[in-house]
Amino acid sequence: MSFTPSSESHLLCTSALACERDSRVLYNDLNFVVKPGHLWHVKGRNGAGKTTLLRQLAGLHPVDTGEVLYSNNSIKIIYIGHKLGLKEQLTADENLSWLAGLDGSSTQRQRYAALEHVGLRGYEENPVAQLSAGQKRRVALARLHLCKADVWLLDEPFTSLDQQGIVDEIDWLNQHTRAGGAVLMTSHQDINLPHVKILDLGQYSPLLGECLLDKGSAII
Amino acid sequence: MIRFMWAIVRRDLLLVARQPAEMINPLVFFLLVIALFPLGVSPEAALLSQTAAGVIWVAAMLATLLSLELLFKLDHDDGSLEQLLLAPYPSWSLVLAKVFVHWLVSGLPLILISPLIATMLFLPSQAVPTLMLSLLIGTPTLSLLGAIGAALVTGVRGGGMLLTLLILPLYVPVIIFGASSVAAAAQGMAIDGYMALLAAMFVFALMITPWAAGSALKL
Repeated sequence: MSFTPSSESHLLCTSALACERDSRVLYNDLNFVVKPGHLWHVKGRNGAGKTTLLRQLAGLHPVDTGEVLYSNNSIKIIYIGHKLGLKEQLTADENLSWLAGLDGSSTQRQRYAALEHVGLRGYEENPVAQLSAGQKRRVALARLHLCKADVWLLDEPFTSLDQQGIVDEIDWLNQHTRAGGAVLMTSHQDINLPHVKILDLGQYSPLLGECLLDKGSAII
Repeated sequence: MIRFMWAIVRRDLLLVARQPAEMINPLVFFLLVIALFPLGVSPEAALLSQTAAGVIWVAAMLATLLSLELLFKLDHDDGSLEQLLLAPYPSWSLVLAKVFVHWLVSGLPLILISPLIATMLFLPSQAVPTLMLSLLIGTPTLSLLGAIGAALVTGVRGGGMLLTLLILPLYVPVIIFGASSVAAAAQGMAIDGYMALLAAMFVFALMITPWAAGSALKL
């Protein structure tokens, strides 16, 4: 695939994106295009900048060098980070209600359906504080089924999920990308789907830069 | 955008309802300061009625300050601030919604119990409406100004002290004119000028602070 920022069909792309933290360059000259149907698996060692990359794409981390370009303003993004953004005192249903209310609205029936989809039937009215770590993660993931978004930015979405949960989630990722959505996710686990694209941040770190001087081809 | 702000207001009010201690704490603090002040200084009616305006205003300011630190901090810690900032609406609307709830929870109760406080401190009864009016205009100003500081220290460990240092200078004019208006009313003088200044400060804060705090949150 080639770097085509002018392409009509892409959802978002980056142009020479770099990230510097504490005067340490994590990655630079990062160019990639996200099109509908893409499932990007961002890989890298601890501290390689995976989380920062997702935050830069979401607009939560300042971009000093390079650019993150969205094809238009109406592209909807859901970002689920390490911190799930759930209020412990509120119930699962109430949490989904305010999260969905940020950008649209939802009915209780829709929220219950989304919770059932992630295997939390019967926990709708339990305060999130009473749920286990995996169940909290599921509440956050229920949002993916409730709010229709084009791009999912998921930071370690398998954390604390049980095995069946991971299998289910990979299935959702599959369905979402097959339906024309795009996913960028980080994980230390391999995703067994045929259309997964790997973005290895290790290749863009300046420590390896010398052996990858041919930057034009450093595009996956 | 109204719906976005409403979603935040609803959520925050629900949180307060689940944890009423958050709402009662500043109020209890306010009452304690007022109740202890005569014990420490003098219970004489003549002295108290003179100092009442200042004491009430300073106590109201401290009570506001006390609750400000958590304005954005809790949202920052559990990641919901990220989600709020990701919503496709300007960040000032988020600040405005949060400040509104803060005022509703910390400012409004103070105004409602202020007549009682005024009686405790022997404030002349003709000054009570002025006290309530000045608090009504002044406390939202305090909440708005405080939002800038709260936004700046979000994510800073032990930012409470820093917050106080940052916004105390901004509070000084509000305190001066707020307390003076009540003192003037107690002596039967006109209060129009003070109220106009307080209102001007409120309008100024309403225009500037949501934008400033919103920008600070994005840092």
